[in-house]
Amino acid sequence: MKIIQQSGLIIFLIGFGLFLFSFFLPSYQVTHSIVEGQIDDNKQATFLEFADDMIGKSYSNNIELVSELGTTFDNINEAQVKKYGLSAADVEAIHRANRAEEAFTLASLDQVFNSVKPEDEFKKKAFADYGGWMDGRNYSSEDELKNHIANVADNIRKYGIVNQFGFDKYKIKDLKYSIVKAASNGSINDRAGLWIFLTYGLTIIGAVMYLLPKRTLDGNPGIKNNGIFHSAMKNRGWLGILTGTFLIVFYILLYFYPEYMTAWISTVDPVSQFLKGSDAGRFFLYGFIYTLCILVMGVRMMIKYRHSKYQIVRTISVMFFQTAFAFLLPEILLRLNQPYFDFKNIWPLDYDFFFDNELSTLIANGGLGIFMLGWGIGLIIIGVPVFVYFFGKRWYCSWVCGCGGLAETLGDPYRQLSDKSLKAWKVERWTIHGVLVFAVVMTIGVLYTYWTGSSQLFGIVDTYQMRSVYGAWIGAGFAGVVGTGFYPLMGNRVWCRFGCPLAAYLGLIQRFKSRFRITTNGGQCISCGNCSTYCEMGIDVRWYAQRGQNIVRSSCVGCGVCSSVCPRGVLNLENRDEDGRFNQPILIGNDSFKVEA
Amino acid sequence: MPLQKSLGLHRQIADLLTDDDTIFIFYTCYPTAFQTKPTSMDHIVIIGNGISGITAARSIRKRSDHKITVISGETDHFFSRTALMYIYMGHMTYEHTKPYEDFFWAKNRIELKRAWVSGIDFDKKQLQFDEGEPPMTYDKLVLALGSKSNKFGWPGQDLKGVQGMYSYQNLEYIEEYTTDISRGVIVGGGLIGIELAEMLHSRGIPTTFLVRESSFWNVVLPAEESAMINREIENNHVDLRLSTELKEIVSDENGRVKAVITGDGETIECQFVGLTAGVSPNVAFVKDTALETNRGILVDEALATNIPDVYAVGDCAEFRLPNGQRRPIEQVWYTGRMMGETVARTLTGERTAYRPGIWFNSAKFFDIEYQTYGWVWAKDRENEQSFYWEEPQLGNRSLRIVYDKDSKKVLGCNAFGLRMRHEVWDKWIGEGTQLQTVVQDLEKAHFDPEFFKRYEQDIQLQYNTEFPSAQITPRKKSLLEKIF
Repeated sequence: MKIIQQSGLIIFLIGFGLFLFSFFLPSYQVTHSIVEGQIDDNKQATFLEFADDMIGKSYSNNIELVSELGTTFDNINEAQVKKYGLSAADVEAIHRANRAEEAFTLASLDQVFNSVKPEDEFKKKAFADYGGWMDGRNYSSEDELKNHIANVADNIRKYGIVNQFGFDKYKIKDLKYSIVKAASNGSINDRAGLWIFLTYGLTIIGAVMYLLPKRTLDGNPGIKNNGIFHSAMKNRGWLGILTGTFLIVFYILLYFYPEYMTAWISTVDPVSQFLKGSDAGRFFLYGFIYTLCILVMGVRMMIKYRHSKYQIVRTISVMFFQTAFAFLLPEILLRLNQPYFDFKNIWPLDYDFFFDNELSTLIANGGLGIFMLGWGIGLIIIGVPVFVYFFGKRWYCSWVCGCGGLAETLGDPYRQLSDKSLKAWKVERWTIHGVLVFAVVMTIGVLYTYWTGSSQLFGIVDTYQMRSVYGAWIGAGFAGVVGTGFYPLMGNRVWCRFGCPLAAYLGLIQRFKSRFRITTNGGQCISCGNCSTYCEMGIDVRWYAQRGQNIVRSSCVGCGVCSSVCPRGVLNLENRDEDGRFNQPILIGNDSFKVEA
Repeated sequence: MPLQKSLGLHRQIADLLTDDDTIFIFYTCYPTAFQTKPTSMDHIVIIGNGISGITAARSIRKRSDHKITVISGETDHFFSRTALMYIYMGHMTYEHTKPYEDFFWAKNRIELKRAWVSGIDFDKKQLQFDEGEPPMTYDKLVLALGSKSNKFGWPGQDLKGVQGMYSYQNLEYIEEYTTDISRGVIVGGGLIGIELAEMLHSRGIPTTFLVRESSFWNVVLPAEESAMINREIENNHVDLRLSTELKEIVSDENGRVKAVITGDGETIECQFVGLTAGVSPNVAFVKDTALETNRGILVDEALATNIPDVYAVGDCAEFRLPNGQRRPIEQVWYTGRMMGETVARTLTGERTAYRPGIWFNSAKFFDIEYQTYGWVWAKDRENEQSFYWEEPQLGNRSLRIVYDKDSKKVLGCNAFGLRMRHEVWDKWIGEGTQLQTVVQDLEKAHFDPEFFKRYEQDIQLQYNTEFPSAQITPRKKSLLEKIF
């Protein structure tokens, strides 16, 4: 058994090592056909002109390629601006052709740009587009007039030229990724099946070989937290810090620099082809790895808590919802030409549910799309309150949710690292409700824009800006980089505890209107602290248990581990009558005096 | 006019008075009405920062503004002694075992002093410390001295590598002396013995467990339960030696233990010996003073000693008149807590007798949890009978209900591998509920987590076979009832 386990660890490390190695494996070559496939027809010629020395050149790593692509796009934009932009002389000429005391006329442009060269044609037209509002206007001073002309010229440079003749920053981001992915060559592209086996296959086999023998090696069924605080992995030792660093880097690449991880994405192309009939994107890769983590570490969870049927059933539940609802079903929907939809994701965790493009897709789809829209809204306004009333927020957070699923499986070894201090609780209440308010305001703004077409909410806030800030800082930064990257450093529920707006919403209902509570058993508590230590949400469970008070906390996700680790059978998760939920602390056993109310 | 209104003044009068007027008039007429707390401030000193001493301090603070000082030589802050084993096993760190954050003490004006008290001058009301620290005077003194491990004069009991398991210092010692050893021997089959066995087992240290009795803890547990724990110990590959006494501990050339010799003359090589043959009150330094002691410090029902203004609580207190069937010295977490709560009332002006309710306790033997409510003796007493159910396949769960032979009123229960609701058993036993009613309503006492296998039906069916005259119909829950 020990040998199987150790071989498992070695195989796992080989598989994981190959996974890391595969990152650097491909070579890259940009060909004409790639340019034709990726770049808009009207810009291909320009691109080829500037990328002449890149075409056909072989790159041994993507860092060089990405950097050269970046330079190329910058050069193109710069050259086009130079060619089509209004120079200082042009601005001066337009100014000269008009006078402050007389109304500005667009007709004056005909004198300034009088050639038939395409540049002049463009300048004339662009000025009419971007400066049309100046037509017929009077100016109080020459300076003012000149300033306005210069502003128009600036805007043309920034937006008009880059859009028409060059590439804006979003396009550049996309193109870097898609060109690098298309340009990659080598073993991964030729023998993807082999690489899937070498990376994911070996890692899974190794992990399973490592985990299954725990049934006998780690002793009889029961709580076996032996050595957790002596472990370099589970108590912020070097292994934990290394793991955290890897996760943080992975998330930063995934969200902000996907062009560097194309090798990993290409590896799962065959899986994506099989499921939805097209190549993988970065979020397919993410979903794939995410689901594997939940499944493999779910097996570990079930072995570790095999004496507790509550933990087993709950783990099967998160494994099922991740695999079926979050991973497979949306991909299958895509294959059937239906909108991508995760039936168990709920706004405001699903913060883009009300984004205009999402709404348009669903509405345009008709029948099923409308149903999805209704389903999503139904979950928000009926599903959440009703289920939380009967079962507490656990029905979602530790039974259904994908973030919760990862936390309860991959994150379980780190649950003891959550901060239990009163200070952390104070911080938590500000941040999580702050994010909820942000999410609600952002969504109101987005809907306002959807209905009115105006991008300015209350005339001051740009709703597009707001959603992009939310997406980058909360959606990617907080939920991803910090939420998962910090598992080995701050525990497995950093996002759920400090950030998730849905958890905040569920928590408000759980706190004020629910049948759920954790009860404490008479006078049996010995203040040992296992419950608080292993509470992933950082609730000081013992503080309640030792004074005989029900635990009613908005943050409790009902994972049930406090009850599992309690050596004296003190804690129990219960759905009962609301009466007596907020009980006076009572410890049974001392008849010396009546406890004052 | 909230103040005037709350004092019940007539509206027209109330309107004429300011708050200050009102307070002045009432204070003059009823000087005692505003004195909810004693006006004089005592310095209450508590020796010992375990659960008894700390609960006393907290409860005194809740009820008064007395100056409170807690002295301990063991640790800076209160920690949960019962969790020492988990520190060793790596389930927790010392920090996790502190029930209150460090800021708690200053915030509640409880002064903490880290020192060992070396002597007490009861006439001068003065405490002396080791190492030339100035003495401290007190107005009221609470002794919460705790226990120390028993040593019965075995040859070699003071060798290096021989240790009991009670204090934080004991734990540090065990940590040091169990590193890289090939075997540990534990002497004494009680609650601490089995904890220490589990601790060594968690580090993969081969362990021999010497138990003097013929079955584990059978002075307390009935035969069936005791046998279950014997099986559990062996299931965990601990070398359990029943009916085996320690004769001698053998030293190596450096004064460290190298083996033990059992009563049968067998030599067992080992590098660590855990002495866990019970604990006794830690009263050595007050033994030869005016303080009356027996095994512990003798106290009356209000926890007062023979010396005025001196009280004793927790493990070190011995009641002159025991409470019901309870022992005169109670060394349990919750009794320490309750004595602390009780003495605080006396010290804040309301003399209160310690009146523990129905006995209860709990423990965990490796993976088997144990809870008991009411009295269950190792052997049923003359007027008692017990109904015993045990899970037939694994034999790691059981329920024993002891009842009065004639009246059929339940007297107590032992639950192994099942969690029971304290409140319900407390009521059943307190009210003298009939055995049949208890078995019929057993699910009311169910406290296992959701989805756990239920055993009420099995228990009821067995009851029906043992008591053919009184049939219970097991009730099946509908699916809807189960979900909601």
